[in-house]
Parts: sequence; structure tokens; C-alpha cells
Amino acid sequence: MGSGVCCFGQMFGQQNKREAERRLRANDRAFNLSYRYADNAIKTSKYNIFTFLPLNLFEQFRRLANCFFLFLFTLQLIPQISSLAWFTTAALLILVLSITAVKDASDDINRHKSDNQVNNREVSVLVNGELRTEKWMNVHVGDIVKLENNHFVTADLLLLSSSEPLNVVYVKTAELDGETNLKVKQALTVTGAMGDDTEALSSFNGEIKCEPPNNRLEIFKGTLTVNGQTYSLDNNKVLLRGCTLRNTEWCFGLVIFGGPDTKLIQNSGKTTFKRTSIDHLMNILVLCIFVFLLSMCSVLAVGHAIWEMSEGSVFSVFLPSEPGIDAPLSSFLCFWSYVILLNTVVPMSLFVSVEAIRLVNSFYIDWDRKMYYPKSDTPAEARTTTLNEELGQIKYIFSDKTGTLTQNIMTFNKCSINGKRYGELLDFSGQRIEITESTPRVDFTWNQRADPKFIFHDHNLVDTVRDGNSEAQAFFRLLALCHTVMTEEKTEGELHYQAQSPDEGALVTAARNFGFVFRSRTPETVTVEELGTLVIFELLAILDFNNVRKRMSVIVRNPEGRLTLYCKGADTVIYERLHTCCTALKCVTTGHLNEYAGDGLRTLVLAYKDLDESYVEEWMRRHHEASITIGERDEKLHELYEEIEKDLLLLGATAVEDKLQDGVPQTIEQLAKADIKIWVLTGDKQETAENIGYSCNILREEMKEVFTVSANTAEGVKEELQSARKKMCPMAAEEPKVTKAHSGLLWMQRTETVQDDKVDGEYALVINGHSLAFALKKGLELELLRTACMCQTVICCRVTPLQKAQVVELVKKYKQAVTLAIGDGANDVSMIKAAHIGVGISGQEGMQAVLSSDFSFAQFRYLQRLLLVHGRWSYLRMCKFLQYFFYKNFTFTFVHFWYAFFCGFSAQTVYDEWFITMYNLVYTALPVLGMSLFDQDVNDRWSFQYPQLYSPGPLNIYFNKKLFVHCMMHSCYSSLILFFIPWAAMHDTVRDDGKDIADYQSFALLAQTCLLVVVTIQLCLDTHYWTAVNQFFVWGSLAVYFATTFTMFSNGMFLIFTSAFPFIGTARNSLNQPNVWLIILLTTLLCSLPVVAYRFTVIQLHPTVNDKVRHKLRKEALPGPAPRRPPVRRISTRRSGYAFSHVQGYGDLVTSRRFLRPRKNRPALFKQTDSPLAQNQPQHYRTITEEPEQPMCH
Amino acid sequence: MVKEENESPNRPDNTAFTQQRLPAWQPMLSAGIVIPGFVLIGLAFIGIGVALLITSRNIQVLELDYTGTEQNSPCFQCSDPDKQNCVCTLQFSINRLFEGPVFFYYGLSNYFQNYRRYGVSRDDGQLYGDLSYFKEPYDQCEPYRYDRNKRPIVPCGSVVNSLFNDTFRLFQIVNGQQKEVPLDGKGIAWWTDYNIKFRNPTVTPLRNAFNGTVKPLFWPRPAYELDTSDPANNGFINQDFLVWMRRAALPDFRKLYRRITEGDYTNGLPAGNYSLEIAYNYPVLSFNGRKMVVFSNVSWMGGKNEFLGIAYLVIGTLCVVMSVVMLIVYAKFKFPEEE
Repeated sequence: MGSGVCCFGQMFGQQNKREAERRLRANDRAFNLSYRYADNAIKTSKYNIFTFLPLNLFEQFRRLANCFFLFLFTLQLIPQISSLAWFTTAALLILVLSITAVKDASDDINRHKSDNQVNNREVSVLVNGELRTEKWMNVHVGDIVKLENNHFVTADLLLLSSSEPLNVVYVKTAELDGETNLKVKQALTVTGAMGDDTEALSSFNGEIKCEPPNNRLEIFKGTLTVNGQTYSLDNNKVLLRGCTLRNTEWCFGLVIFGGPDTKLIQNSGKTTFKRTSIDHLMNILVLCIFVFLLSMCSVLAVGHAIWEMSEGSVFSVFLPSEPGIDAPLSSFLCFWSYVILLNTVVPMSLFVSVEAIRLVNSFYIDWDRKMYYPKSDTPAEARTTTLNEELGQIKYIFSDKTGTLTQNIMTFNKCSINGKRYGELLDFSGQRIEITESTPRVDFTWNQRADPKFIFHDHNLVDTVRDGNSEAQAFFRLLALCHTVMTEEKTEGELHYQAQSPDEGALVTAARNFGFVFRSRTPETVTVEELGTLVIFELLAILDFNNVRKRMSVIVRNPEGRLTLYCKGADTVIYERLHTCCTALKCVTTGHLNEYAGDGLRTLVLAYKDLDESYVEEWMRRHHEASITIGERDEKLHELYEEIEKDLLLLGATAVEDKLQDGVPQTIEQLAKADIKIWVLTGDKQETAENIGYSCNILREEMKEVFTVSANTAEGVKEELQSARKKMCPMAAEEPKVTKAHSGLLWMQRTETVQDDKVDGEYALVINGHSLAFALKKGLELELLRTACMCQTVICCRVTPLQKAQVVELVKKYKQAVTLAIGDGANDVSMIKAAHIGVGISGQEGMQAVLSSDFSFAQFRYLQRLLLVHGRWSYLRMCKFLQYFFYKNFTFTFVHFWYAFFCGFSAQTVYDEWFITMYNLVYTALPVLGMSLFDQDVNDRWSFQYPQLYSPGPLNIYFNKKLFVHCMMHSCYSSLILFFIPWAAMHDTVRDDGKDIADYQSFALLAQTCLLVVVTIQLCLDTHYWTAVNQFFVWGSLAVYFATTFTMFSNGMFLIFTSAFPFIGTARNSLNQPNVWLIILLTTLLCSLPVVAYRFTVIQLHPTVNDKVRHKLRKEALPGPAPRRPPVRRISTRRSGYAFSHVQGYGDLVTSRRFLRPRKNRPALFKQTDSPLAQNQPQHYRTITEEPEQPMCH
Repeated sequence: MVKEENESPNRPDNTAFTQQRLPAWQPMLSAGIVIPGFVLIGLAFIGIGVALLITSRNIQVLELDYTGTEQNSPCFQCSDPDKQNCVCTLQFSINRLFEGPVFFYYGLSNYFQNYRRYGVSRDDGQLYGDLSYFKEPYDQCEPYRYDRNKRPIVPCGSVVNSLFNDTFRLFQIVNGQQKEVPLDGKGIAWWTDYNIKFRNPTVTPLRNAFNGTVKPLFWPRPAYELDTSDPANNGFINQDFLVWMRRAALPDFRKLYRRITEGDYTNGLPAGNYSLEIAYNYPVLSFNGRKMVVFSNVSWMGGKNEFLGIAYLVIGTLCVVMSVVMLIVYAKFKFPEEE
């Protein structure tokens, strides 16, 4: 039933795709239905019960390999051609098809479930003047629905009215765009007037004309016509499906787009299917194998023709040629017979096995407790299960900064007040003590208003403040006054700060804990509770922050009437404006600032100045004049600010820590050791980014140079890039070395690879957003790439999401290297989708990044485990699997090729048909699976100990075309042994009872037994990690082989299925011969001993890192977990400027009356969550208009 | 441990399998194993090789080609395909005792019993004695499925049709007199063949089962009269027929014809002159095939085959040589233990 509705919805949705404009009328179903707009049901499932089989089979046979096997199967039904019984191919084909079908079916069932869950959500719909509860899927375009707080938005709605003043609603759009802050939407006054008057709403007959369904989240264009008046509609008046209503009691909305037409659905489902480089290689190899198969068959067909001519035609006494079939036709048929016989070179079961291996390796990621984050109860998740081995081949990591490397939590960490440092713990000898979880914290219980989440370790500061140190008090008073934070007091005494940057939040919170509690503000006043006493300051002016000023000031009058200017800002800026009497203090403070900067802290300098009443009055007058001038307003204000912000008195400096996630520096160090290059792409400013770069080890002091590219012209950028390159490598050629090659299926793809230049020492490159924009243009991108790739580290600042993706694409295109992008926010989605592997950090900025990622986990540090352990193992296993798989199939098949020369090229099989059927399916399936599920060269601890073990992956060392050829040669050798040793040992001899031994069936049995033993021994040689399961699989498979062989060739089986098992008795009669066993022993050793000798010699002559570590690990005990080194203090002169995520314009906002209008009995503007994260998240405020919109002119 | 008790719902299970900590044996190709291993294997192989070679050397084999393509061959006159019921006699001498039991083989070369179309051209249903297949033989038997008059051929197919039909009698010449050497044809096929795989129809007399069918075209006598001397050795369980039906894997093959185990020859063929009387029926000249008879005795390792012994010897020696080479490499290039 549900799916029927879905289907219709889907059909209509498709019809509507070509609509040019959408027209709808509120409360007029008949009118709206005439357009056949999609209703609100969604359908993401692909099949239903009846369509599953045909559609799924159709899908599956679009795969080339499946098609080929179907073709083979039909060939086998032609008796002239069939060299093998039909079941040999059919069994495999059916197995492969059914495994895939089961997987598809289970996926689709899940989709059905989630569809049903969503479609059956309930919402209140206004029908005939009353509210009725309806299922989501029964909501139609033109319906008016009522949403309540925390409800999901049902469809794309036009907001009509809400419970809130000014008809605003707050929505959380995390599911849509990943932004966690609340957004404000505001209804038109004309509709807002209806409020929750259901009568008015149900008689509302506005008509909407708007754009057709599309996927642009940020744009909406349309008009609403009510009572002959037309109003324009924009995105600000539309609630999109996927959002959640917050802090709003109720609202009414008119459905504009339903179900499949909504922007959420229009945006989904376009994820490109990612394939790994092994996949690409495999496609090429399969193609090569096809060609190889055809050429083998051609050789044999020619052989057949020759044989027919010279031998077959005369042998016709005993084997008359079939009527109507002459030599050419016969050799044509023979060609196809051999295609059937040798089809085992085309690895059909390979694809299924590869998928299975990847799936289990993905489960290992899901199951890994060491990637489970207990604080948020989030395990790692492999969202895409087909990319595992690529995790072992990463060459470039593109990382977001905020929320990925850092926690996006700012903590007030240290400060310097009047030349005295606070916030550090020193032991008796004056050495710094590392602050850990167990370090005793300062007790703030004396302060009732203290924020319990605030942590500080230095008792001195509290004591200083409480003892009445005037500088310290002034310091915190400044912090409590000079900011643009707003407060909320849900209940008496329970304060919540709304800060527009986390840094400010941290500072104000620090002041709060040290007894200077910012309580509330009005446009004219700021109320501060100073050590328990309420003090109301009159706020005369806010000299707002901007990027040029790099500071902000407030002018306040305290209750005693003293006028003070408080200023905080970047050290460089403030220092220029200090009074000369502060020089000594300045020196001391500078020293502290350098220390703080060395620790990677974000610093601010605080200063104040007492003002003269008359001067302020006069200044205020001029300020007012300036602020109302039309032209040059900003310049004039700037001048005024400059005038008053001088001769400041230094108070001290603050150091705020942009808290890194745990283990980030260690992880980065590990990844760097693994030869992975890390690029940080951040929206932050250069100073901030550099700062973080140092604190998380991406930039290091020992680097020879950190180049900065920040030119504003294409020429400038080019020059900077080139000069950087010349410094790194003066010998480098002017033109980049570009290797052009063709690759991909049929060599249709043209690739250009820029070669790496050799560089001594480590360099880093920092590039700014606007420079990057130039550098990404056609002419400069190679310049950028060359220079950037010579550096160990690249940091791109102020980049847009699009640029993030462009950078990734650039590296992908010209480096042919595997890239990984890691991020947590909606702005990282493009990058995550562009990279070969996208990793989402969950639980910080909504789910958008996670939803589009391939792997997700909660902490950046898990990346090293993902790559160095899981990735490496997956890659290793996959490569071993592929090598072995090709080996075993080639060896199996080549024996047929050699036999052809002895059986008149008649496509006679060497083995029993049952053996052919079971070889891939049963006898060799599990051991190799066991190897590729459990194998590990060294365990995880050693993998961490030696990150160098990772390096073969990015270089494609464990499996590539060369190794494939190598593998074929090996197979060729093995097959020669496997055929010619039994041949030579059997052809002119007899059994110990005098009967002939070289009959076909005995020979077949001998050949297949030898083959199976040889490939099993080869597997044993390849397996490095013998778990019980491996032992069981290996010996079990051999046992199963002998057991089935004896069973199938037993009397009983023959009596039951007479013609199915013609090999009756062969096993008994053959395997009791000592020389048969001697032959098996000989072939086995002849196949495996050279491998052992070769490997041993290679290990001695050219040991790889891997060999060395494996060797070492035999001698040493397991390494302990890596010691946590205390962070090294850098002696640095680098200092953050005003490294604040601060935006201009908030001064105006907080002084405007609008935002602070008294609310009617509604508890909070912004819902508070308990996590300190949410609390410190920047909020983006909008200005909300109070004036009713003017109707547009017609 | 205490921590683990209050597990969070999403926390993955802590098992050796999910955490990939399954206990495992991690063998390595270390010098301590590889080099002694090679020496041991080498020595063992040399030992086996010597044993095989000695055993093989002690086996006596006598091969006599009687195709008759050469002018001076006694069977030259029989090689004319038009000649019917030709008999030729091959003289040979043995200069020391041919130790018994002696096995008597016939051999064919350039004969493609392993040709796919040849191999499938048989009806296992018929041969299992299933009468329903007597009426309508398996279609792969073409062109030996029906005769010209559309009567079913039983047994049908190329393999059956081409049954080897030369017969041999062996005489020892004692004082100018020919003394026939008794040949034993019992149990020369696999027990499973004449007890399970091939069955005569349960019709007595046997010939009644073949009513309405014709004998294979090349056969002189129908299946139920293959062995005129022993009625139990007829039909599909005739030993010579079974030996033939177990088709050879390679184009040059030998098949057991008789055993010499009886009478005065229990200990083998004494030194002396022998004559072999051959009823030359089987045409091989058209396809350049060759026919021969082979006398051989066997050992624990089967018939004479020097290849296996030599191979073991060579490989054993190579192993020893290789171990020395590896020892040198190991001593000289052994990779530095430190970083």
C-alpha cells in the first residue's frame, strides 16, 4: 500500500521535473491537484517484491563479468562447443548472482523501512477549518500544516505565522547544511497577522508562484498573492524539510514542495560512486586477461587447425569427423570450446570475494574499540564498505581545522597581569609542571555565579583577585565589560552567555569565575556583579572590532561617575597606542606573550584609560555626528576611534587556548613519519591557522622555512610561488616535468602526472584564500602544485568550501595519488566528496560531513589507527588476496593449455569436471578468504611503532601491473611443473600391480591433487598470521578435498547418480600408489622451494622495512604504548595577531534596541545544551526587521 | 575490568576476533629454518632418488615394435590394410631370466584416446547394463549410434568401436619346439570397473539382451561373444574391453594385455628364444600410429621409470647447492639488525 503511494509520488515527481514554474493556492486541493504535484511521500527504495527479481538481475547483468559468464553458460549448452558440463559455470554464476541479490535485497529492505518510518511520521494539517493529524505521506502541496517545537519540518513550507514576536521562528538546519547554529526565519506580516486563528488560516487563499523544484538550498524565489497584493518571497520565509523547529512554540506553514520535490531530497542521492585504485587496476587487468584469454584460445585454435590437418584427418578411422564440419569450422568451434575451458582465468568469483573481504575489513573498523569514543558513545563507522584497501594507500591528507584538529573549544588558560604570570604551575625548582587531568583545580565554589565547567589550575590568581589587587580586578572588569556577549538568565542566577566568537565567550566566562560576573546588558548599560556586588555601568560607546583595527574598546561610566575606556586587541596594535609610562611593563608582558605564543595560545593585550568627562562629552558629540553622516562614515568613525584610543595603560595579556583534540600532534607526527603529506584547509585566518599549525606539529621549528603566499594579484602569486620553489630547490627545472600517460579501461583516460622534485629538508607553505583563488586558475595551478608538493606541509587559509574541493581535485588530477579529506562541518562536504576517501568527524558540527563521508569517527586521532592499522592491513590483505587469487586461477588454467598440445587441441579438460566446479567454490575459497581476513604482517602496536611500514601502500608496491605479470610468470612455472612432472613420471610406466597408470582418470586425479596441494602450500607461504581459523580453513579444505573426492568417486555415489560421477574408483585405485605420492611430493616441493629460496634471498639482499620489523619483533617484546611526551615549549617570536574568530558589526547589534526587546514569558532565545561545545559555538545573528514589508508594485 | 561492566550501548564488543587480536602463529623465513630445511630436504630427496633409481634399474622391460612399416619387419606384409586375418610372428630372445611376475602390454603411439570428442563418445548408461539405453543410445555416440538401418548400436560410440583387436600368443622355443606360454587375462582391469561401473544387463542368456541391436561396426563379434573361452568374461565386463575403455591420458600409451604368472613361468620368463604370434587386425598406419608389445616386471614403485629417480636426485642436489648459496648470502649480506 505504502509503496504504491510512493510509486505514484515518484511518477508525479518525475513528471514535474520539467515544470517551469510552480503555482499553487492555499487550501485549494482541487486547484493544486490539477498540477499533479508530488505529494509528501518519499521513496528511496529501488525494488518491490515483484520487481525485485527482474530489475535486480538486469542490474547485475550490466556487469561485464556477469554477462560474460552468462554468455559462456549459453555456449556450454551447445554440444559441439561444450567442453565442460553446464554446471561448472552455472554453479558459480548462481552463487555470485545470489550473493549479490541477497545483499541488494537487504539494502533495499532497510531503505523501505526508513521510507516507511519517515512517511508515517505525523503532523497536524489544517483540513476544513480544523487541525487533523495526518501522516507525512498524505500531506499535499497547498496544505497548511502546524509545527510545534522540536518537530521536523514536514515538507518545504512557506512560513505563515508563528508564536514568536515578529513572526520569527528558529530552525536548526544541521541535517540540511550541517550548521548547528539556529537560523531565524520570518514570515510576512500579512500572513503573520493570522497567528493561530484556524479560521483565518483555513480561509487563507493566497496564491504562490515560485521556482520549480531544485536543489539550491540558499535560494528561493517566488511571489505570494493575497487579496490582489503581491509580495515577494525569499529563502528567509521558507522552512525546508530536514530542518528542526527550535525555541518556537508553534508555527503554521503552507506546503510548497512535497516529498521528492523538496530541496532535501533533491540534494540527496547524487553521491558519486567511489572506486578504489585497486578497482581501476582490476578493471584493466580483467581486460588484459580477456585479451590474454582470447589470444590463448586463438593459439590453441590455430593448433587445432594444424592438428586437424595433419593428424585428425587421418585419425578419422577411429574418430570420424563430424559431418559438415571441416578443419576451419572445427578450429572455430575449438576456439569457443577453449574459451569455456580457460574461462577460469577471468576471475569471476574474484569480485564477490573482494567485496566480501572489504565488507569484513569494514566491520573490523566498526568493531574497533580503540576507535570508539566513550564520551559521545560513538564507534567508528565504515559508511562505505568498498574502499578499505585505499586507506592503506593515502598519500595526501586534506584536513579541516576547526572541529577536526581542534575541539573548537576556547579555554582561558593563562594570563599576565601587571607583569605577573598566572596560570602556570611551577615546582620548587621553578620548572613547569605539566597540567594533566589529575592536577588539582581551583575551587570556585565561593562564587555562586561561577561556571562549573570552567577549569583553572593556578590558585594564585584567585587569591590575588580576592585580596583586592586593583590591577587584577581591573583586568577582569575589563573582560566583563569590553565584549559583545549577550546573556540569558533562564532562572535566577543561571547565566548563559551568547558569544559571537568562542574566544570572547572564554574571556567573559573567565571573568565570571574570577568574580566579575557579567549579568546583563541593555543598550545603555552593562550590569556586572563584582565579587558579589551588583555594579551597573553606563555604556557610552562600543568602538567595534574590525580587521584593520584588530581591537575593540568600550567607554563606560561606573556608578561613581568615572569614565573609562577599556580596550582589548592584538599586541602589535595596542602596543603602538600605549602610554610611554608602560615601557617597562610592556617589556615584561612581551616576554610573556612570546611564551604564550610559543605554546600556541591565542593572545590578546588588555589596556585601559581613564577619560575626562568633558572630553568624552565632546567626543560623543562628534561621534554622533560622524555616525549619522552618509558619506565616509566609516573613515570618520575610524579617525575618532584612533583619536581616543591612545595613551592607553597596559593591564596585561590573556592567553586563550584553542584546544586541540586529544592526540592531534602525535597523530600528525605519526602520519608524517608514514610519509603522508598533510594539507590543512581552513576557513580561519592566516594567524590562527599558523598558530594551530605550530601547536599541532604540522609546522615545526626545525623546518627550514615557512613560505607565505598572500599576494593579491596573479603575477604576485606566481612570483611568490616561484621564489619559494627556487629556495627549496634551486636546481629544479623551470617547467614542471609532466608525464603523460593513458590509463583506465581501454586506455581511454589520459592522465598527466607532475613529477615530484627532490627537496632537502622540510619546508612549509602557507597560502591565503585570495592568493589561492589566483593559484587555482588554469595557468598557475601547476605552479601551485609543484611548489606545494615540495613542501612537507601546506596550510591554506580562508578557503571556501569550493576551493577546498578544487585543491583536492588538483592534487588528484596531477599527482595520481590517493587523497583523503577529513572534516566535520558542512563546509567540508565538497572536499570530502571530492577526495578518494572522505572522513567525517562526528558529533561536533552536525551530521552533514558524516553523512557524505566514507568513514566516520569521533576524534581526529583515530585517523592514525584507521590508516596505519586498518588501512595498512586492508591494503596488505587485498594485495595478497589478489596475487594469490590470480596465481591459483592462472595455475589452474595454464595446465589445460599445456595439455592441449597432447590431446589434439580438443579442449579436453585435465581435471574432473566436479573438481573444476568445486575448485574456486569450495576447495580454495576459504583458505584464501582466511588469509585475507586475518592476515597481518605485524600487529597494531608495531604498526604504530614503525609508521614507515605504511609507505609501500602509497607507492603501490604490494600489487601493481608488474607484480601481476610476475604472478603470471609464477603461475606459468607452476603449471609447467604441474603438468610435465606427472606427464614425465607417468607416461611410460605402470602401477605396482602391473596395470597401466596413465589412464585419463588417474592422470586427472593426479594433476588435480598436485594442483590443490601446490596452491595450498603457496597459500601457506603467503600467510604470515596463522590463527586457528586459518589452520582450520587450510587443513579443512584439503581434508574436504580428499573427503569429497573419495565420496564422489565411491561406489555409492555411482550407484545413485550413475552418469554424474564417471570417475568411480579412481581415487582408491590411484592414491594407493606410492609413486603417485612421490609425484605429488616432487611437484609440490618443486613449486614451493624456489619461492622459499627466492624470498629468503631477497629478504637477505634487499630487506624491506616490513622484513626488518618482522625480524625485530621476533627478538623483542611488544613495545609499550607510546609514551606521552610533554609538549615541547618552543622559543618563538611568532605571535598570533588578533587571532580571533571575531566578526565586525556586533557592536551595533548589541547597542540596537531591536534585539533586546523584552520577550513575553518565553524562557530562552537560544536553547542551551549541556555541552560546553554548544555553548561556545559562534552564533550568527541576523537583524530582524520590525517594519512590515511594503507590497510590491504590480 | 570494572569499567567494562557498565558498557555503553554502542561500544564494540571486546573479543579477540573483533579486535583482531586472535592468537596466531607467525612463522618467518629465518635462516635457522630455511637453510637446514633445504639441507634436510635435499638429503632426503637424494636418498629417495637413489632408491628410486636403483629400483627402476632393476626392472626389466622389453619393448617390441610390430607396426610393420619397415621392410624387414616380420609384420610388414600385414601392414597392408586390405589384408584380412593376417598373422605375423615376432622372434625375440631373452638372455637372462625375466623375473616374474611378467606383465605383457600392448602399446599404441600417436593414438588420441584423450581427444575430447572421442572420450565422450560412449554411453555409460548402456555400459551400466541399463536396457533403456539399448533402444536409444546416448546422442554423443554419433556417428556410432545407429547403423544404416537405424538399429541401435550396443555398445555405442567411438571408444567402443575402436576396441583394440590384435591378439597375441607367446611361445617359448625350447629345443626347436614351440611351447606356449600361458597368459593370464583375469583381473587385468580395475575391480571397480567390472564390479560397479560396468554391468551386463541382468538377462540370461546375455545375448537376449542384445536383441534388436547391432554390434559395433568394427567389431568382428558382438559384445556377448567377446571371449569365447570364458562365458563369464563377456559383454561389458570383458577384461580386455574394460582395459580399453579406461582411455589413456596421453597419445602414447600402453595397456595391460596379459600377465605371465602360470605354469613354468611363475618365476618369470627364462632366458631363451621366444616367438610372438600376432593376429594383426588393428589398423594404425593410416594415422602414423605405432603398435608394440611390452614385457615388463614391476617393483614397489610400479614400472620402470627413471625420470622420477633422476628428478629426485637432481632436485635434492639443487636443494643442497641452494642451501650453500643461501648460507653464503646470509653470512655476507645478512641485513643489519639495527635501524
